[in-house]
Amino acid sequence: MLSAGPTPRVDTADWELVLRDETGADHRWSWDELLALGVEDVTVDIHCVTHWSRLDMSWRGVSLDKVFEDVESEHEFVMAHSYGGYTTNIPLEDLLDGKAWIAIEADGGPLDPEHGGPARLLVPHLYFWKSAKWLRGLTMMPDNDPGFWEQYGYHLYGDPWKEERYW
Amino acid sequence: MRARPAWHVATVTETRQETPTAARLVLDVPTWPGSVAGAHLDVRLTAPDGYQASRSYSIAASAPAAPGTPGRVVLAVDEVPDGEVSPFLVHDVRVGDQLELHGPLGAFFVWRPGEDDRPVQLVGGGSGVVPLYAMAAAHGAAGDETPFRLLYSVRTPADVYFADELAALAGPSFTLDLVWTRKAPDDRPGPVGRLTRESLAALTVPADQRPRVFVCGSTGFVETVAAWLQELGHAADDIHTERFGGLT
Amino acid sequence: MTHHLDGNVLAGALSEVFASDVTAARGRCAGCGQTSPIAEAMVYTDAPGLVARCAGCDQVLATLVDAGDRVILSLAGLTAVELRR
Repeated sequence: MLSAGPTPRVDTADWELVLRDETGADHRWSWDELLALGVEDVTVDIHCVTHWSRLDMSWRGVSLDKVFEDVESEHEFVMAHSYGGYTTNIPLEDLLDGKAWIAIEADGGPLDPEHGGPARLLVPHLYFWKSAKWLRGLTMMPDNDPGFWEQYGYHLYGDPWKEERYW
Repeated sequence: MRARPAWHVATVTETRQETPTAARLVLDVPTWPGSVAGAHLDVRLTAPDGYQASRSYSIAASAPAAPGTPGRVVLAVDEVPDGEVSPFLVHDVRVGDQLELHGPLGAFFVWRPGEDDRPVQLVGGGSGVVPLYAMAAAHGAAGDETPFRLLYSVRTPADVYFADELAALAGPSFTLDLVWTRKAPDDRPGPVGRLTRESLAALTVPADQRPRVFVCGSTGFVETVAAWLQELGHAADDIHTERFGGLT
Repeated sequence: MTHHLDGNVLAGALSEVFASDVTAARGRCAGCGQTSPIAEAMVYTDAPGLVARCAGCDQVLATLVDAGDRVILSLAGLTAVELRR
């Protein structure tokens, strides 16, 4: 539901996650290094902005708490970047405390490219466009700058319980 | 004729199988203003929970509403497996059902009689022939003598859309060439296989006659054919394309 | 790959906000400078909104979000659009 261009094909051998902190320093994880942080089972409901929800969907992924463990930051916002150029903005606190993951499997199998594989963000308490497909990077931001769809009409935060769909 | 697009309520008056995967729908549309050959419309379905899905379909034929007569629209819809709209239109729609339409739409991929006397080359793949059929039919109905030629790439004889209508249009100013990609007719055995640049060159109006070219089909078909046409000397501005695409 | 369609498919949504058919209009891409009909842009529909990209360079030309009672349109990737009277 989140693609805005051609589907990127990224091999896990070439995949890399880059987290840029507020000093501009990059923290990098290869595919194997990401998995080594610890993969957990996650069963959550997801809410698409086009009015459907899917209950009790089973995922496997790495908690973002693990990814941010050694990253010091005063900045309160994060821009997620995708292979293919898509971006979405999320407050840091919405990614921590067991609320968000880097998902690598869904419904018992690897994430295929159409569903955002090899790795996508999973932020189930926000509308699903925030769960960026084809995740490649996270950049700390001092301000809540809008991502792709947030620039073009979608809500800056996207709480499904408040139906925060559009501007 | 420049009809402003609007929303219409259509009533299904006839459904029939067009090909093994496609249905032809004939619709009564009391407010239909008519349409230019090649135009399309959006069909919008609304689920009981309010979820809406809409898809674009080329108009195969249409007639404007007149006093005492509703307008008429003919669509030919190919089923996209797992699609949100086409399986319903192909399998579930019944005579008497109502559909929401938005149209007519599109002023780019269209042909009007008398607009230009250059020859016209139509190139269609699979269900992409629908707007090209509309152009060929409009050309025939207008008695327009602009040379028209349709190259139609299709899997088997059973997969030909508007087979009888196209055959009936063939004449001095309309030539139909079929390329069979899987199976040729039993009574007219011929080559079987994908369209090649060589067969495209052999079965189309040469570039030195500056034809206006309309290409419609899947994304892959259109991109391949458009690239070959440019290699064969057709100017990019003379090639109009319309892709339909595996959209579920 | 995610299939894209032609700019033709934008005609329905744009006709609700423009008086004439914008898909037949030519626009200049802010990325590569190519001028071509909107109908020839690559349109991605499997997304929260419609995204039209330049067929030459992939630049996002236009986006259109259907917000129910509103349409939110961006033409930020087009430096100019030529509309016929």
